Amino acid sequence: MKILVCISHVPDTTSKINFAEGDTKFDTNGVQFVINPNDEFGLTRAMWFKEKQGASVDVVNVGGPETESTLRKALAIGADGAIRVNTQPMDGLQVAKELAKVVQDGAYDLVIAGRESIDYNGGMVPGMLANLSGSNFINNCIGLEIEGNQATAIREIDGGKETLSTQLPLVIGGQKGLVEESDLRIPNMRGIMMARKKPLNVLEPLNTEASTTTNRFVKPAPKGAVKLVDIDHLDDLVNMLHTEAKVI
Amino acid sequence: MSVLVYTESQEGQFKKVALEVASYGKAVAEQLGTTLTALAFSANDPSQLGNYGVDKVLNVTSASRFDAKVYANAIKQAAEKENAKVVIVSSSADSKYLAPLLAIELDAAYASNVVATPTEVSPFTVKRSAFTNKAFSFTSLNTDVKLIGLSKNAYGLVENSGSATTEDFSPTLLDSNVEVKSVDRSTDKVTIADAEIVVSGGRGLKGPENWGIIEELAEVLGAATACSKPVSDLGWRPHSEHVGQTGKPVASNLYIAVGISGAIQHLAGINASKVKLVINTDPEAPFFKAADYGVVGDAFEVVPILIEKLKEFKSQNA
Ligand SMILES: Cc1cc2nc3c(=O)[nH]c(=O)nc-3n(C[C@H](O)[C@H](O)[C@H](O)COP(=O)(O)OP(=O)(O)OC[C@H]3O[C@@H](n4cnc5c(N)ncnc54)[C@H](O)[C@@H]3O)c2cc1C
Ligand SMILES: Nc1ncnc2c1ncn2[C@@H]1O[C@H](COP(=O)(O)O)[C@@H](O)[C@H]1O
Repeated sequence: MKILVCISHVPDTTSKINFAEGDTKFDTNGVQFVINPNDEFGLTRAMWFKEKQGASVDVVNVGGPETESTLRKALAIGADGAIRVNTQPMDGLQVAKELAKVVQDGAYDLVIAGRESIDYNGGMVPGMLANLSGSNFINNCIGLEIEGNQATAIREIDGGKETLSTQLPLVIGGQKGLVEESDLRIPNMRGIMMARKKPLNVLEPLNTEASTTTNRFVKPAPKGAVKLVDIDHLDDLVNMLHTEAKVI
Repeated sequence: MSVLVYTESQEGQFKKVALEVASYGKAVAEQLGTTLTALAFSANDPSQLGNYGVDKVLNVTSASRFDAKVYANAIKQAAEKENAKVVIVSSSADSKYLAPLLAIELDAAYASNVVATPTEVSPFTVKRSAFTNKAFSFTSLNTDVKLIGLSKNAYGLVENSGSATTEDFSPTLLDSNVEVKSVDRSTDKVTIADAEIVVSGGRGLKGPENWGIIEELAEVLGAATACSKPVSDLGWRPHSEHVGQTGKPVASNLYIAVGISGAIQHLAGINASKVKLVINTDPEAPFFKAADYGVVGDAFEVVPILIEKLKEFKSQNA
């Protein structure tokens, strides 16, 4: 089985979000970039398929040279090879088209992507990629087993979960639950050394046009001060929630 | 030309998100000077959507249960039939599942997590949340057909005195490639996705045996229960209750945080909630800076009194 794990390169969750160039660009100053958390769960699940079922695992990112450190980290965790499509990601559709080419050329059976990336929160690349590459698609995937050509997946739904069965080729939008938090891997020294020798292929992009343009960013308006209520005046709190906030 | 909304139902009843996308769709249709069509699957009373501004409802009675690919393709057929230039879906798990498939079918640019009516119609520009609610972006959609995913609770329900014509619609249904083996849905519980109020507990509650006060507070308010990430990692509560940047997003009217410090990753996921009430022993807890109302105190003392006061309030306002 050939597995491709899509890795988006995102600001660390503790990052302060600021904008530059007249609020048109994300300000990367002082920002640490990491593997998108949803993709980290997917990558760890892929390692299981590699170790237990002999799958080969490649990772891919659509992005500039600055994302190579993130791809190297994925190699250090255990991926066999990495691919970088050398173009700046502009929107979900453009990224999905670039990835669809990689999937087709590499004849991957299973593509593991994340439910969403925590930067632009598009939640669109995996589904678009599935449709473009003619694969089946399971989103919000919290469990995945593969036997031959057959996949059994658990999808989180509003208020519960469902168990689904489908066939390869398959794309999933994965998240926590695919593996447990405590199973996430941190690269060790040996992994880091080995990663240096693994292939990181840089591919030229298709240069498709973006279908959206982001003109400007704004930050939420600053909040007013909190109204503190004393434990002896909780009836006042109930009243305020009713008459002022109108939420009960 | 028209605007098309996909209105979800469960067991024949429209979900609240369906009424919200209808209300929002009406505003967009007015902005564009056109009419609003809704696509429903097996709705018992499709004409009900007239109360939220829908002019025409296409009701598909032939489809079986939800399948993202099959539904996306049926929505595309409806969009073609109605010559819809703007197609709108909600942010439910099912809508977020089918939307990217639909975008490819429609050859449409897709903006998810949209929080307001378009700021401009030419170029068609929407405000959407990004960086898990730490910011917003203004994004233009440059394709002929545009697809919008509306953030939950971002627009609200707007009643309308209009009435809707209804029509049976029989799209060609694709074969499903995904078979549902089993569904495990807790029917007696309010879900985080649907809840108007969410009561959430953190590590300050010390252990799973103390969750009774959270559940009781939620019950009095008709609220869903949620928790911080460490609480689910520790196995005190199920993963499905984990909210935050790496968990479920919460966009309720009221979010009550009990014994949660207010870490940046937690706040990112719940920021879209309209009103926040924080109960914490530590006056320096960062959550107070993000809260509207706060009680500095021990949850084990504060919550039981709050439950009593709410019960009194309920009995007086029943
Ligand atoms: C990559 C990454 C992603 C993350 N994603 C998320 C996420 O999605 N969601 C999330 O929640 N976290 C997330 N976190 C974790 C986050 O950083 C915090 O560690 C976590 O939110 C803290 O949970 P807590 O507030 O329950 O616990 P603590 O930080 O331990 O806070 C407990 C609070 O309870 C108060 N308290 C103690 N006793 C009482 C009492 N008797 N009554 C009232 N108050 C009391 C304390 O004053 C304290 O403020 C993430 C972290 C990382 C690194
Ligand atoms: N630039 C990218 N390169 C590779 N994979 C990506 C990229 N952007 C998004 N993805 C994948 O698609 C998932 C969802 O991303 P998004 O649609 O941007 O929310 C991510 O978790 C990744 O798995």
